[in-house]
Amino acid sequence: MKVALFVPCYIDQFFPQVAKATLHLLEKLGCTVEYPSNQTCCGQPMANAGYEYLAEGCADIFRQCFDRYEYIVSPSGSCVLHVKDHVMPRSNESDGPAVMELSEFLTDVMEITSLDASCPYRVGLHNGCHAIRGLGLSSMSEVPGNRFSKPGSLLRMVNGLELVALDREDECCGFGGTFSVFEETVSVRMGNDRIDDHIRHGAQYITGTDMSCLMHLEGLLRRRKCPVRVVHLAEILNDEIR
Amino acid sequence: MTKSVEAVNNRHNSEPHSKLAAAFNKDAARVGWHDETLWWVRAKRDKMAYQLPEWEALRQAASEIKSHTLANLGEYLVEFEQKAVENGLVVHWAVDADEHNRIVHGLLKGNGIDRIVKSKSMLTEECGLNEYLLKQGIDVIDTDLGERIVQLAGEAPSHIVLPCIHKKKEEIGDLFAEHLDTPKGCSDPKILTEAARQHLREAFLSRRAAITGVNFAIAQTGEFVVCTNEGNADMGAHLADLHIACMGIEKIIPRRKDLGIFLRLLARSATGQPITTYSSHFRKPDRERKIHIVIVDNGRSKQLAREQFRNSLKCIRCGACMNTCPVYRRSGGHSYHTAVAGPIGSILAPNLDMRQYADLPFASTLCGSCTHVCPVKIDIHDQLYRWRQVLVEKGYTTTSKTIVMKGMRTVLSSPMIYHTAAKAGRAILSNAPFLIGNRFNPWFQGREMPKPPKQSFGEWYRQNRAKDGE
Repeated sequence: MKVALFVPCYIDQFFPQVAKATLHLLEKLGCTVEYPSNQTCCGQPMANAGYEYLAEGCADIFRQCFDRYEYIVSPSGSCVLHVKDHVMPRSNESDGPAVMELSEFLTDVMEITSLDASCPYRVGLHNGCHAIRGLGLSSMSEVPGNRFSKPGSLLRMVNGLELVALDREDECCGFGGTFSVFEETVSVRMGNDRIDDHIRHGAQYITGTDMSCLMHLEGLLRRRKCPVRVVHLAEILNDEIR
Repeated sequence: MTKSVEAVNNRHNSEPHSKLAAAFNKDAARVGWHDETLWWVRAKRDKMAYQLPEWEALRQAASEIKSHTLANLGEYLVEFEQKAVENGLVVHWAVDADEHNRIVHGLLKGNGIDRIVKSKSMLTEECGLNEYLLKQGIDVIDTDLGERIVQLAGEAPSHIVLPCIHKKKEEIGDLFAEHLDTPKGCSDPKILTEAARQHLREAFLSRRAAITGVNFAIAQTGEFVVCTNEGNADMGAHLADLHIACMGIEKIIPRRKDLGIFLRLLARSATGQPITTYSSHFRKPDRERKIHIVIVDNGRSKQLAREQFRNSLKCIRCGACMNTCPVYRRSGGHSYHTAVAGPIGSILAPNLDMRQYADLPFASTLCGSCTHVCPVKIDIHDQLYRWRQVLVEKGYTTTSKTIVMKGMRTVLSSPMIYHTAAKAGRAILSNAPFLIGNRFNPWFQGREMPKPPKQSFGEWYRQNRAKDGE
């Protein structure tokens, strides 16, 4: 299967290992992965700050890079949601490419049922809010009904990995793009409260679908000199955290 | 009592949410306790919602009834007025807060009344009625226990359902010792509640006019419904000669049979109860009493005309969006410097004054939890996003923020600049989002900076994978 790899700007610049893990994992699972090298950013940082009109250039570049593909896969729920809502909205399946977050693609398109990976640690899953409530990667605690988690199910396929239960399974970490600086105090408090939840349940690693949340949590963990590490879901699924 | 006038004046000349929230966060233990308490209410709501297989269907029905009502609001308001007048109620119309306050004052003055009781009404908070009446020499006692507590403290409610949720019982004990003669240092809720009961009973028995809010006004019958847990609206209305009910134009529902849907949703969403203890119907006054209704616009018809924000008028004031909001729980209701705080307040307030409330749509991470607890399915977080666009477009932003955003646009809208200057781009990304409009780096105050790697993914890919540079 041929897919285009969308690497959000901050992953490209700060967390290249996450993009590499995504690339290698998709290839390992039999995909032909193309990386359109002109890609920059989906435009979300400007749009969420109220400057949607400044994001139009980014959106044009995005469409030029990705228009011709059937599947676009990315290791970021938040950026994928922005593309779906504002850059490449589609009303039906024949209406341009399907933009998918990695765990969503692995679950719904690749229909993965087993993985050759191990990670002998206690791991807490921090789902990004856009991944949960925007993309529907897992059930929401607000809404009654069947409980499920696509990233959670993938993690359960990893040998030796113990997924820890949390007191608040889908509370926001407080990153929120520019919220993290304009509302610095509340953002930091929210992040520390999330970290405390993971620590209370003995997590050694915090993983998730969104490196932006994890970047925020990592900054807090390092400031606290806490040994808990953050790692992107792709790195675990690609058998890199052994 | 002049303290409460100050509180409301402060509300209008306020520091932005971020600063007020930072002040609230100086007491870290209080933030933890405030968060836990409201999360506990949210969990009670979840339990109730999970118990009803028809929960989502109820939300959908309520949302559709409200959509229909808002689309035909003029007709339903006229129908309500006609039926209410037939029932013997007197109906008044107020275009704004000022007219509302003047009507209420006129009614009291006309009846020679200068001391009244008032049960919970967020509309009168929005209109600043207490402060207005005080200036006219009329004494108001709020009879909802939480509202009475904040009134004694000279504060505004911090939550629409739980007005004094930011206060600890020890602080309430101190207030009661000062105002209601309870023993100093006593914070036993039983003793404090009993003191409040005696104090309020005296007010109920002696005051000749009662103001209440309105939860639902039924067009078909001309009756209105007031929901409380304490029965204080009923005590006030039934013991007074004059009952004045104040309602916003959006409180209308078309038929009596619609009411059940809303009553089932309201208390479950608000406090995790199946229904409020009292859901009182007021239809016809008895012979000795008069009931007046003041129907208020105060910006609502303007919001109704803003198509992308119209749905905000569906709100039934349950407060579920506040209880679930991780920002509200950690910043306190007063940080929103408006009568209705939290996510719903942040989409209502800019309609009234964009300049004054330009900060509120940004007091959110857009996590979307509010939208999914809302019993009438208001797309709250999407409206927060859209308000941000409107506020920036109308110029209610800062120059420094615009400069940084334009800088980001320049880098990110050009593959050439972004890729050929990868290291410079990395430097811009390391700094720009974290330095907006600040001399000091706000990211770094509580967090370490991400460590920039030697090579971006793009650079690595070109070196190791790209065949012909594509």
